[in-house]
Amino acid sequence: MSLLEIDNVTLRFGGLVAVDNVSLRVNEGEVFALVGPNGAGKSTIFNLISRFYDPAEGRIRFDGKDLLKHTADQVPSFGIARTFQNIELFEQATVLQNLLVGRHRHRKTGMLSNIVFSPKAYREELRHREAVEEVIEFLNLQPYRDKMIGGLPYGVRKVVELGRALASEPKLLLLDEPASGLSVEETQDMAFWIEDIQTQMGISVMMVEHDMGLVSAVSGRVMALSDGKELATGTAAEVQSHPAVIEAYLGTGEISKTGTSRA
Amino acid sequence: MRFVFKTSYDADISLFKHRAQAVWYGLLLLLVLATPLYFVAIGDAYLLGEITGILILAIAGMGLMLLTGHTGLPSLGHATFMAFGCYLNINLLGAGVPWLIAFPLSGLIAGGLGTMIALPVLRLHGVYLALATLAMSMLTSDFVVIAEPWTGGIAGAAVPDINIFGMEINRYSTPYKFYYLVLFVAILIVWFYRNLLRTPTGRSFTAVRDSEISARAMGINLTRTKAMSFFLSATAAGLAGALFGHSAGYVTNETFDLVMSITLLLMIVIGGLGFIHGAFFGAIVVGIIPVAIANGRTFLSTTFDVNINVPGLESALFAFILICFILFEPMGLYGRWLKIRTYFELFPFYRKDMFKRQKSYLKTDRVQ
Ligand SMILES: Nc1ncnc2c1ncn2[C@@H]1O[C@H](COP(=O)(O)OP(=O)(O)OP(=O)(O)O)[C@@H](O)[C@H]1O
Ligand SMILES: [Mg+2]
Repeated sequence: MSLLEIDNVTLRFGGLVAVDNVSLRVNEGEVFALVGPNGAGKSTIFNLISRFYDPAEGRIRFDGKDLLKHTADQVPSFGIARTFQNIELFEQATVLQNLLVGRHRHRKTGMLSNIVFSPKAYREELRHREAVEEVIEFLNLQPYRDKMIGGLPYGVRKVVELGRALASEPKLLLLDEPASGLSVEETQDMAFWIEDIQTQMGISVMMVEHDMGLVSAVSGRVMALSDGKELATGTAAEVQSHPAVIEAYLGTGEISKTGTSRA
Repeated sequence: MRFVFKTSYDADISLFKHRAQAVWYGLLLLLVLATPLYFVAIGDAYLLGEITGILILAIAGMGLMLLTGHTGLPSLGHATFMAFGCYLNINLLGAGVPWLIAFPLSGLIAGGLGTMIALPVLRLHGVYLALATLAMSMLTSDFVVIAEPWTGGIAGAAVPDINIFGMEINRYSTPYKFYYLVLFVAILIVWFYRNLLRTPTGRSFTAVRDSEISARAMGINLTRTKAMSFFLSATAAGLAGALFGHSAGYVTNETFDLVMSITLLLMIVIGGLGFIHGAFFGAIVVGIIPVAIANGRTFLSTTFDVNINVPGLESALFAFILICFILFEPMGLYGRWLKIRTYFELFPFYRKDMFKRQKSYLKTDRVQ
């Protein structure tokens, strides 16, 4: 069954049609990639799923439930976690604290029991720490565990953001350009992690990525978008050789077999 | 140099990072518990009253710190919540409610009223909230006058003494008891505050402060979280207001004025935004400046026969200190303290840029 179903979704920003009648399916256990030139509407699709924007038309369903009936802060409770293209971490907190916020959807104690630090709150806290510690181990974040985000290098922040999303134990992980700005080695690590997330943790992944090398390495199906419209869907190779896709990228020099990532 | 080896998750969750820290806070507790002994010995409790005043300010400061320092919502109206707490306390006590009930109740009602006032503007962004609370603070004096039957209006109202199971507590006749009572409330609130910060509620506050977008994407309801922070914040301010009333003995429409609201905000900035310690450091500065100025004046006039009588000297000095902090020490007194401590802990490995924040990246793709 499809985990995420997007049907004929359209979103306009004033006169600009950012997403134009797009339909797509993300199946359970799959890595689905969205590619396309700058301004194609990829991040906007993520923001629609996150319910930051209301589509003008169309349906978005997750696990059979209508997402459009819910607000942005209810989306994570379905098991959807995400990262942002331009890293949105809690800057004045440590790595550990950031990951712990990722646990928010599993929160079971209220303000009152938190204030008096009831035994229940204590036990819950222990569970959160254990879960977060697993993520820290998985992503090799131990050296940065108690560091403030503010002072961390870009590459580490990207990983922390992935960690924060993983800490929520999602069913679907939305990654907006997970490899942008990363070095070759860091991109390699990211590819391994995404594979592990899919195969070992059984989490479905939907990602936006310009690095075609990474896209071909990890994703099953790929959808190419341009000007908010679907151009083609298929394997990475099929999409890259599709005439409409080549046309859309013509002159931008962005798409290539080896995958040159954007600066 | 000290390394902290963590052997279990408890090490992260517990109140103190390591044994030495627990020992330091234990010593500090002993010190504040023993302070009155000194004043008993010299037989003059005047300064103890000032210290009690600092503690009351720190309680209000902690309230504002939670809202501004930890949730990122500015308020220029916390004196109003203090007024709520103070007058509610007076009226409840006047109606025969025992202090042990009247005091917490006035805090809670002040918290509830504060939240109700704040709710309509919570959806708006920082500066609107600041303006709205500023307006509220400016109107407070008028409302106190209008609500004369409960507040005594311009003539003012006397604050009844505290009575706990027959034990009378009054700032002047029993300064030591009053000190211990305020100290107890302050420590209790510090404990609540610490608990909050190590559990999901506190983390949701700081998440909202640092990135509303991310907070929402993690499942945090912005309005509810902000309202919760406002409630706790105004409750603490209300409690501080009630204690302030007991400390002043008599309150009028001019007691909880705009200057007090602004002082509270400046206080937590000077102390160090985002740290519980900041509320205390700030309160100490605010508490000491008037005493220092008064002493300086007496010293100058008695030894050199120089009489300085500049009106507004206190505010000017205060503003000057504030500007210095914003320019040279944005992390406040507590930040300065952290740096000094790190310097000694890491000696000789301290680097000058250790506390510098990395420039944040462009946020062009931020969701609007
Ligand atoms: N909040 C907004 N208001 C107005 N226009 C917007 C907004 N967000 C995005 N757009 C526009 O919608 C279009 C699609 O933007 P989107 O961010 O989805 O592109 P993208 O495919 O993610 O591109 P990139 O690869 O550069 O990240 C762009 O033309 C952009 O300028
Ligand atoms: Mg984008």
